[in-house]
Amino acid sequence: MMVKALMNRIGYLGLWFLNICAAVGRAAWFFTQILSWGAGFKAPFKRLLIQIYQLGVLSLPIILVAGLFVGMVLALQGYHILVSYGSQEAVGQMVALSLLREFSPVMTALLFAGRAGSALTAEIGLMKTTEQLSAMEIMGVDPFKRVMAPRLWGGIITLPLLTLMFSVLGIYGGAFVAVEMLGIYDGSYWGNMQNSVEFYEDIVKGVVKSVVFAVTVSWIAIFHGWNAIPTSQGISRATTATVVQASLAILALDFVLTAVMLGGF
Amino acid sequence: MTSKNLEISVGAFVLVGVLALVVLALNVSGLSYRTNDQSYFLFARFENLAGLSERAKVSLSGVTIGRVVEIKLDTEDYVAVVKMAIDKSVPLTTDTSASILTAGLLGEKYIGLSVGADDELLINADEIDDTQSSIVLEELIGQFLFSRSE
Repeated sequence: MMVKALMNRIGYLGLWFLNICAAVGRAAWFFTQILSWGAGFKAPFKRLLIQIYQLGVLSLPIILVAGLFVGMVLALQGYHILVSYGSQEAVGQMVALSLLREFSPVMTALLFAGRAGSALTAEIGLMKTTEQLSAMEIMGVDPFKRVMAPRLWGGIITLPLLTLMFSVLGIYGGAFVAVEMLGIYDGSYWGNMQNSVEFYEDIVKGVVKSVVFAVTVSWIAIFHGWNAIPTSQGISRATTATVVQASLAILALDFVLTAVMLGGF
Repeated sequence: MTSKNLEISVGAFVLVGVLALVVLALNVSGLSYRTNDQSYFLFARFENLAGLSERAKVSLSGVTIGRVVEIKLDTEDYVAVVKMAIDKSVPLTTDTSASILTAGLLGEKYIGLSVGADDELLINADEIDDTQSSIVLEELIGQFLFSRSE
C-alpha cells in the first residue's frame, strides 16, 4: 500500500514535469507561428495601430506617473546617502544612470505586464472561450496572423517607447526634488549627469533591454490567452499566470542581460 | 474610436516616444548645454585643472555665482584657459583670485573665487590674473617623499 502511494507520487512528479515540457514546447511553436507581420490581410497596419493604441496610449498614465515618482524618490534616497560623503552633487548622475540602466526598463516592463499583459491574456482567452478563434479557422482566417501577430508587434513597438518616456519623466522628477526641494545647484545636477551618461553605453543598452522584455511579456501574455482552459476560471488562472510568469521572467532576464552588458562574466 | 482619432493618438504616442529619445540624447548624455543670458564672461589661466570639467560651478564664499562654460589649452604657454559665466548681479574686483578646489573629500572640482580690496571692477571678457591650480595628490606625495630623502 505504502509502495503504491509512493509510486503514484513519483508518477505525478513525472507527469508534472512532462506537462511543463509540453507547455514550453507549445509556447515555442506558438512563437514561430505569430512572428509573421500579419501578412495576407487588407489592413495589417490598421490592426497594428489599434494594438499600439490599446497597449501603449492607454498605458501612458500609469507609466508617466510611476516614472515621475520613481525619479523623485531616487533623488531623495540618493541625496541622503551621498550627503554623508559630501558628494550630494553627484545625485544627478546617480538618478540618471540608475534610471537608464535598470529602473526604466524593469519597472516599465513590470507595469506593462500588469496593465497590458493581463488585458491581452483576458481578451484572447475570452475569444477562445466564446469560440471566436475556432470560427476564424473555419472561415479560413488564420487567427495567428489576424489576432496574435499584431498584438506581439504592438507590444514590441510600444514598450521601448514607454521606457524612454519613463526615463525622461524620472530624470525631470529627480531634478525637481534635487534642485527645487533639496537645493542642489542645477548646473551640478545636469553637468555631472551629462559628464557620466554615455549615449550608447547607457541609453541604447537600456532600450535593448526593454525590447527583450517586450518580446518576453507579449509572448507570455498572448500564449497564456491562447492556451487558456476555456472557462471563466481558466481565464482568471491564465491572467494570473501571465502576470506572475512575465514578472519573474523580466527580473531573471534583467540579471542575465545586465551580466552580459557589463561583461562581468 | 474613429479611424482618424486612432491614427492621431498613436502618431502622437510614437512622436512623444521619439522625442523622449532626443531629450535623453541631448539633455542627459550631454551633447548640448545652455547658458544664462544674465551673465558675463571671465577668463582664467591655470597650470593644472586636474579634473575640473565644463559646467563645473564657480563659487564665492561658498555661494554658487556661475559656471565653467569652456575649457581650452593655450598652445603657446601650455596652460589651460577656463572661460567662466558669472552672474551679472555679482561685481568682482580686478584683484579677485581664483583657485580650483574640491567639494568634500571625494566630491567634484569647482572654482572658488575670493574678492580683493581693489576699487576697479572686472568687466566682460576680462582675465583673472591671480590663479591657483588644483592640488594634485600624486604631486603632493612626490614632494613629501623628495623632501624626506634629502
